[in-house]
Amino acid sequence: MYKRLVFIAVIVLTGQVVSNPYDLQLLTFIGINTLLALGLNMVMGYAGQISLGHAAFFGLGAYTSSLLTIHLDWSPWLALPFTLVFVGIVAFLVALPMLRLSGYYLGMGTLAFGMIVFFIFLQWRSLTGGDSGLIGIPPLTLGPISFEFGAAPFYLVWGIVFLSFIVCERLIDSRIGRALRSLHDSERASAAVGINTSRLKVQVFVFGGVLAALAGFLYAHMVTFISPQTFDFLMSVKIVTMVVIGGMASVWGSLFGAALLTLLPEWLHVFAEYEMIIYGLILVVIMIFLPQGLTRGLLDIYEHFKSRRKTLPKSHEG
Amino acid sequence: MLRLRNVKCFYGRIQAISGVSLSVRQGEIIALIGANGAGKSTLLQTISGLLSTWEGEIEFGKSSLAGLKPPEIVQRGISLVPEGRMLFPPMSVLDNLKLGAYLRYRGRERNQVEKDLEEIQDLFPVLRERSRQAAGTLSGGEQQMLAMGRALMARPKLLLLDEPSMGLAPFMVQLIVETLQKLKESGMTLLLVEQNARAALQIADRGYVLENGRIVLDGPAQELLADEEVKRAYLGKDYREFTDGRM
Repeated sequence: MYKRLVFIAVIVLTGQVVSNPYDLQLLTFIGINTLLALGLNMVMGYAGQISLGHAAFFGLGAYTSSLLTIHLDWSPWLALPFTLVFVGIVAFLVALPMLRLSGYYLGMGTLAFGMIVFFIFLQWRSLTGGDSGLIGIPPLTLGPISFEFGAAPFYLVWGIVFLSFIVCERLIDSRIGRALRSLHDSERASAAVGINTSRLKVQVFVFGGVLAALAGFLYAHMVTFISPQTFDFLMSVKIVTMVVIGGMASVWGSLFGAALLTLLPEWLHVFAEYEMIIYGLILVVIMIFLPQGLTRGLLDIYEHFKSRRKTLPKSHEG
Repeated sequence: MLRLRNVKCFYGRIQAISGVSLSVRQGEIIALIGANGAGKSTLLQTISGLLSTWEGEIEFGKSSLAGLKPPEIVQRGISLVPEGRMLFPPMSVLDNLKLGAYLRYRGRERNQVEKDLEEIQDLFPVLRERSRQAAGTLSGGEQQMLAMGRALMARPKLLLLDEPSMGLAPFMVQLIVETLQKLKESGMTLLLVEQNARAALQIADRGYVLENGRIVLDGPAQELLADEEVKRAYLGKDYREFTDGRM
């Protein structure tokens, strides 16, 4: 409870203090990426099922809602439930054959799925606009408020992040969460205690996919322009990196990972052509020294210093 | 309660069990003994649904177990304490126990699960002491108790145990054996697979001896304990008699 209040306070405070539209947009992107990382963390961090095609659900969410609002003139709010259900069904259909695979093969399968979706965005020109993407996506509005610029989208996205956090935390503390973690350790042992492992894997995959679709919906109506490149293979890899860098099986890790991977490229712009080298270097260093991810790693460092401070005075006495 | 008729099990094209028939009656402890690779574990995995490639008949109560998945078999009241314990090492002892009751953790039965949790921790006090600890940090004997506790959390009618004494100190084996007896007194039915044939036969009502995927001998446990052939092969007695004439 206490943690949640702090989280809300931080969101509200940030929204009040930051007024630069560029910074606000950056913070909003962190929120959207957090949703992506959170969904994948449930699939990968908790249930131990690797997915290299998570950006496909992000893209499907963005494209479905965009097409419905542009071509059929639906209100985005009407398009939202339809988008989530549609992407949920796609995730279900993909998961059925896919999650019979495991390890490297599951990675390859999801990778291929991500590629297929990307090429559909790219090649189905009559529908998706191909390379040049879709323009003129209507922004979200609620009465007089438009969620296109400024603080409004920030609050909307972070409000949704907050709710998703609560949902995920409750899920993890429930019997479903225990079952997911058990799946990570040993599928055979999970089956032996009576867990329907294949159904559970499909369920968590659909959950992650729907969360990514929600992120895609928010992204499309905030930026009002989408193109296939946003949802390519590199984006999938980026989401995986967010989860790993932030911390597997950690809700807060998704937030830290998303924040770091969103902010780092912005900060590193000053290095111009060396940007990517430094970016890669930082990730490598984090993985070497904090292999459990930022969340666990920083906690360890904190505890280390705390215990040292306690023992120091004693050594002075001696 | 449980009846196997002419059960054959396959790993791919390899036949591991070639026509086993056995029965377990309500309230009995049945010992299934045999050497490494005789097919004991295979048989337990078949009954619990983990191995699905088998032929023949397996009946539990009045209904067949053919084609059922492990969760459905747990639901019907058969729980397995797997070989090597198969715990979830990073998770706490309490979470491991709760996972055992996975199928019961819904609405009405929830309160009963909490009660059972207490009951299991009364049966294994060490699990209460360590309830917040990660399962992987327990000693071998404690892990075995946790594995048994986890299986009991499903409230099974029949408990299958795969080598519960494996790798444990004699003192621990004694403790496990006593627990099994306690379970029998409380009305539980047990099918026990053991390499430690003496310990198993001492508490069992009846026993089956498995060799190369076949039952070669069966009968009351006391008779098996006295049987020359069993003594020679599985109890390590009369070693001299066995080697005489060769040296």
